[in-house]
Amino acid sequence: MTNSIKTTRRGAIGMAFGALAAFGLAGPAAAEVSFEGKTIEWIIPFSAGGGSDTWARFNAPLLGKYLPGNPTVVVVNEPGGGSTKGTNLFAARAKPDGLTILGTSGSTQFPYLLGDPRVRYEYADWEIAMASPTGGVVYTSPSTGVTSTDEIAKLVGQDLVYASQGATSLDLVPLLGFKMMGLNVQHVFGFKGRGDGRLAFERGETNIDYQTSSAYIKNVQPLVDSGAAVPLFSWGVLDENGNIMRDPTFPDLPHFAEAYETMTGKAPEGPEYDAYFAFFTAGFPAQKMVFLPKDTPQEIVDTYQAAFEAMKADPEYQANKESVLGTYEQVTGRQADALFERGTKISAELRTQVVDMLAADYGVKLGE
Amino acid sequence: MMDTLLTALATLFTFQHMAYMLLGVSVGLVIGVIPGLGGIAGLSLLVPFLYGMDPVSALGMLIGLVAVIPTSDTFSSVLMGIPGSSASQATVLDGFPMAKQGQAARALSVAFISSLFGGVVGAIILTGFVLIARPLILLFGSAELFMLALFGLSMVAVLAGRSLPKGLAACAVGLLIGSIGAAPATGEFRMIFGSEYLYDGIPLVIIGLGLFAIPEISDLLRKNSSIAQGAPLGTGWAAGFIDWWKNIFLSIRCAGLGCMIGAIPGLGGSVVDWIAYGHAVQTSKDTSKFGKGDPRGVVAPESANNAMQGGALLPTMLFGIPGSGSMAVFLGGMVLIGIEPGPSMVGPDLNITYSIIWSLALANIFGAGICLALAQPISRLTAIPFQLLAPFMIALICFAAFQATRDLSDLVALLAIGFVGILMKRFGWPRPALLIGYVLAPQAETFFYQALQFNGWGFLARPGVLIIAAMTIASIYLGLRNRVDDTGPTGDAVVTSHTSRNIQIAFALAMMAFFGMALWDAMGHSFLGGIFPIGVGVVGVVFGLTLLIHLWRGHENHPAFFDYEIVGDHVGNEGNGWFWTGPAWIALLVVTTALVGFYIAMIVFFVAFLRLRAKASWIKTIIMTASAAAFILGLAYMLSLNFPSGWLQSTYDLPWPIR
Repeated sequence: MTNSIKTTRRGAIGMAFGALAAFGLAGPAAAEVSFEGKTIEWIIPFSAGGGSDTWARFNAPLLGKYLPGNPTVVVVNEPGGGSTKGTNLFAARAKPDGLTILGTSGSTQFPYLLGDPRVRYEYADWEIAMASPTGGVVYTSPSTGVTSTDEIAKLVGQDLVYASQGATSLDLVPLLGFKMMGLNVQHVFGFKGRGDGRLAFERGETNIDYQTSSAYIKNVQPLVDSGAAVPLFSWGVLDENGNIMRDPTFPDLPHFAEAYETMTGKAPEGPEYDAYFAFFTAGFPAQKMVFLPKDTPQEIVDTYQAAFEAMKADPEYQANKESVLGTYEQVTGRQADALFERGTKISAELRTQVVDMLAADYGVKLGE
Repeated sequence: MMDTLLTALATLFTFQHMAYMLLGVSVGLVIGVIPGLGGIAGLSLLVPFLYGMDPVSALGMLIGLVAVIPTSDTFSSVLMGIPGSSASQATVLDGFPMAKQGQAARALSVAFISSLFGGVVGAIILTGFVLIARPLILLFGSAELFMLALFGLSMVAVLAGRSLPKGLAACAVGLLIGSIGAAPATGEFRMIFGSEYLYDGIPLVIIGLGLFAIPEISDLLRKNSSIAQGAPLGTGWAAGFIDWWKNIFLSIRCAGLGCMIGAIPGLGGSVVDWIAYGHAVQTSKDTSKFGKGDPRGVVAPESANNAMQGGALLPTMLFGIPGSGSMAVFLGGMVLIGIEPGPSMVGPDLNITYSIIWSLALANIFGAGICLALAQPISRLTAIPFQLLAPFMIALICFAAFQATRDLSDLVALLAIGFVGILMKRFGWPRPALLIGYVLAPQAETFFYQALQFNGWGFLARPGVLIIAAMTIASIYLGLRNRVDDTGPTGDAVVTSHTSRNIQIAFALAMMAFFGMALWDAMGHSFLGGIFPIGVGVVGVVFGLTLLIHLWRGHENHPAFFDYEIVGDHVGNEGNGWFWTGPAWIALLVVTTALVGFYIAMIVFFVAFLRLRAKASWIKTIIMTASAAAFILGLAYMLSLNFPSGWLQSTYDLPWPIR
């Protein structure tokens, strides 16, 4: 309480307790860079409330505590244009002094990957400070006759209904995934969030759905226990080499590639899988990332990475991380680089393939 | 069960919990008084303090804030005609005329007593309802939600004003404005005309301020009087209490209504006040005073909007689905203190749920009590000469408007909508009808499309749909019978409005052009993306044509004729300034902002206005400008926001706040 009460904008007084801790923990990189007396603006291109904002507000005071000189870190919401507006603003204005950072989400990555005309930012320009993965579980209704994960093949040929937030939203990942699996899914658009979609599932309007891990544990597990839902697979996580692995939160559930193999008898491959994989990475393992602007000196980048690493031992971080981050660790360094690389790059052919499919099957015209 | 109730009650009355709740209440009162700043701003302000607090105190603080916003936002609705937040738009309709008659204190008192009562009734309903809410909420599928959107639209029948085609055309305009931006079914962008601002549609706060606040300010700016127009300031409490007591059953009904509508996820709270207002009119025998200062028009929305906040907590806590922007921030706050919403909130965590619900009731009592105490002194504002108050109000409105996206475009949109609002007021086009259409457009379209996808046309036969359909028909019937005319004085005024027939026709033609534009744009989209605007556009054209025929061929007494410049109660008085004075001053502020950014522009505007328009002395000018500048700066600092920038900022790199 004492050290959090001052985290308002430009609240010049540093955090007394944080200062002590930071000198002990922030390590050698801190010797060169100091943000003493400074205010760091953390741009969040979304409105207050909601996942990205909550995530940033969870991290901001801790970041201030572990950055050398204990700057005040304020979250600045710049919503609009499905997060392209605030991100464009960052790309155009932020100076490489470490005083402005950007938090992106899958909703920022997707328009970039799809070539939305509103995007005027280039991920490759930026330096990644931290990546925050997430995951999710796909489940179905017992009315499909499926009673366990092994019986997923029974879904083929059935009429499935999915409540989607839109074909270019994060729900593009299930759209591409279901399509690859050969499932006949009717995507009903216009839902406001995954919670809204879950409600439609509970009402019996849809029969296939997914929830991010913490929402799944809190809200879907009771349905599974009472026999009203059957888990199918998790999206999976990536290891350091970018290979898909089982989600450690759900070690008993197969990941997407395993489920695909169960259904078709062969491992997923080919351009369709590559396209799925790019959006999957941008949407889940690399969903939230923190960036420093173009040309930021390496020592500032290192300082940020060290601070993000150091904060993990903080009792406040430990106490609340589960409700905010789910069960996933925020990563820096090589791991973050790998996610950054895979989650923000797509070949021109794959992009065209996805955009053409969206236009042909769902009438999606990007930004027209 | 009893145990849970008692545990919840015991934590509620600990000193620590009460102290934090009062802190939340105080912040909520201050934030709520400032128009345009609502729950979102207030909660964002408190969220940084949540670290390390124990969950019950933290929740108490957040609840305290959420609960009192719809109470304190009444100040600006009643005193200045500026809707304090979307929850208090309907309050303006009767509250502001009461203030103009010198009865501000009475209007505020009746509003606060209703708020208090509504909030407490809401909490009582919730105490029982929360246990059975989960299955009930799940009964409302997309089909039922679509029907509820139609039910909301049926309120247009009440608020259509004296000419029904005019009212329905206005509603169609609102529906079309509400459909600007991404189509729910395909994501196509409609009516954006290459402007990135319009991709997200025009924000609600801009529509509310443009339609209601700008026309009032522009009216007041033409006269050199105070808001209360020289009428003696009446006393308040007793009169307000009697007004409320006489309508206690209306207050109970509206509280129940607000609580239920708030509890249904997807409909959103922005129409609750209008539905309650419509309900008040439908169930009244004598409706002649509505829109001209009838206390019932204040009791109904104010009872409903506080109860609505309680109802809105249900989907947030039980399903993790925030019903409104402020609930989204509240949800974020819950997550930050480690409380995850879900079925456990009516299971193992039921005591938390109860402490939330009762904190809400307590906060309502504190909040309304404080507001009541302040009603008398604050209502004196209406006695201040308006030209001294005006720059503050204009700056506040602009400040509120750019909270939407923090862009210069917000101010431009405000000016444009304000222009439409001024003309609508002048020619008797009902602005509430437009607003209801605007608010319900996305719901109506999205839920209709989803219901068709899920159920096919068979959705029409669902029992819930039939019940709501019956309610809608009853509402239309009662509405048409008890139509409200808020357009101005009654009597034989219409006769003379005939003389300005030509410009009234011109304005109707401009609206027709808007329909044409929407239709033309919609033709270019896919079937699913274009069908809604096409349908609404055709309806708009039909009623627009009907209105044009009335205006073209109608006899002199025809109710379609209306011109406030001929029949308004200001006509014939001394010292009516130029009709466009108000918009011209606001345009000056917007243009200066485009050049030098909002903060510098505001200072320039203050000096210019006070010297040229108010003819204030230099000392007075400097003091008033400095205090306004300091106030806005303090707000921006606390909310960590940047002001809209202009040409100067894009050319030179300047420090905050003028960057």
